[in-house]
Amino acid sequence: MSAAPKRSALPGFGLSMGLTLTWLSLLILIPLAGLFVKTADLSLSQFIDTVTSNRTLHALRISFGLAFAAALVNLVAGLIIVWALVRYRFPGRRLFDAIVDIPFALPTAVAGIALTTLFAQNGWLGAPLASLGIKVAFTPLGIFLAMVFIGIPFVVRTVQPVLIDLDVEIEEAAVCLGASRWQTITRVIIPSLTPAILTGFALAFARAVGEYGSVIFIAGNLPNVSEIAPLLIVIRLSEFRYADATAIAVVMLVVSFLIIFLLNRLQRWAQTRALAVS
Amino acid sequence: MTITIINSPVTVERAQSVARHDPHTEPWLVRGIIIGVAVTFLTVFVVLPLILVFSEALSKGVGFYLSALADSEALAAIWLTLITAVISVSLNLVFGVAAAWAVAKFEFRGKTLLVTLIDLPFSVSPVISGLVFVLLFGAQGFFGPWLMSHGINILFAVPAIVLATTFVTFPFVARELIPLMQEQGSQEEEAAISLGASGWRTFVVVTLPNIKWGLLYGVLLCNARAMGEFGAVSVVSGHIRGETNTMPLLVEILYNEYQLVASFAIASLLALLALVTLIAKTILEGQIEEGQLPRDD
Repeated sequence: MSAAPKRSALPGFGLSMGLTLTWLSLLILIPLAGLFVKTADLSLSQFIDTVTSNRTLHALRISFGLAFAAALVNLVAGLIIVWALVRYRFPGRRLFDAIVDIPFALPTAVAGIALTTLFAQNGWLGAPLASLGIKVAFTPLGIFLAMVFIGIPFVVRTVQPVLIDLDVEIEEAAVCLGASRWQTITRVIIPSLTPAILTGFALAFARAVGEYGSVIFIAGNLPNVSEIAPLLIVIRLSEFRYADATAIAVVMLVVSFLIIFLLNRLQRWAQTRALAVS
Repeated sequence: MTITIINSPVTVERAQSVARHDPHTEPWLVRGIIIGVAVTFLTVFVVLPLILVFSEALSKGVGFYLSALADSEALAAIWLTLITAVISVSLNLVFGVAAAWAVAKFEFRGKTLLVTLIDLPFSVSPVISGLVFVLLFGAQGFFGPWLMSHGINILFAVPAIVLATTFVTFPFVARELIPLMQEQGSQEEEAAISLGASGWRTFVVVTLPNIKWGLLYGVLLCNARAMGEFGAVSVVSGHIRGETNTMPLLVEILYNEYQLVASFAIASLLALLALVTLIAKTILEGQIEEGQLPRDD
């Protein structure tokens, strides 16, 4: 009856909030801030030299470029998987639904050695591919496949609940109005799924950019050919070039956040558009 | 209610006519291709690697497999992994419950920002998660010189491994609890408080039973990641054999030394952990959904 905002009657705000903020600051925020403070060890020109050196640029291009390509594959494959899991009934459906999460749950080092052995030239899949003249392990193609592996759950698990909840009546209405199946899918279903698709894409992309464990075994790690940015950070650290390592890390963080920010904006835009459609 | 509708002959008949007539679904050929692509993709990328781990681990027989696991380095790695996981998960359990209580039960400015910050470790590369602790505690780090002069080892020792693992697994429990507690609201807790229960008693008697499955789920995911974390731990551990090697790090070392069967043997334990986690997840999701159903009876 009263329009005034209701104050919570529960106790414990001070305690829980205090604990949260202390823990968050000590463990996450202060260490991350240290990253930015450390780059100040380098002068601006040194910083620019480090991050624009051939090797660094190449590693960044490999990480971001291949992660983007892998996330695109995850988008298409993820949509096909979600569609099959939600709309069709086939033997083993529940099992396949459950194993979608494996890349998320399997420790990355395990995934790394398994994928490398699988795609090595004498491996189960590597051997037939090699006879076709396709070399996967220890090439950028191997990095790409490892990134595809690691990104599978993200698009599937963000789009799946939305497709399940999607009102069948909207589709029926489209059919009643004379739409073909293709028109119903592209004009009605896909726009409603777009915000979730973009979220899944962003998550898969962010994961693949920073991925280390499942990639380094299959990558071959040749400088300027198949060296990913996280590995270059590890190499710089082992050479005790802390400031260089930090500079690469800062560029990775800033670029990732910018891309995720842009995708978030795109997602909001798609959401308003999806609402307009339905 | 729903079940009777689905089973009514009219609906079945209608569903069949829908299947026969085109506009509501795809032609059988398209359906077959979509299912085929989905199944092939998941088989190549998920099923085959998983089978490969176990088949490689057992390729020299069960005896060899067991002796690889009973190796003193393997036992040390398993022990360190367990200790690290217990500490990290406990810390993040306390934090996760506190964060979820603050976010779900109260209104305050900057809530969205707080939730974003809690999720931050998910979007940071594991290598960078390790790097930040090297910068804090390394020889050239902010606290490094002071720690060294006092003879305290953090980096390349167990404390840094625990810190890096806790950093990486920070969001899991909070992320699971926040939406669950937001959905449940706080009426039951308010009722308990108005009847004179203390805050702590309200939490234990009212809130905890409501969130127990979600809490267990969060802890399981947190634990799986804590035991399996590789990148962050690799950067801070120093790889001292028998001392600062966790199971994933030992997998890497054995693999690089071409002790493939031993490497896959350790890896198979971690794969087993992932499988158990997923099975428990499937069971728990059922429990959580059941818990959220309105109790009419």
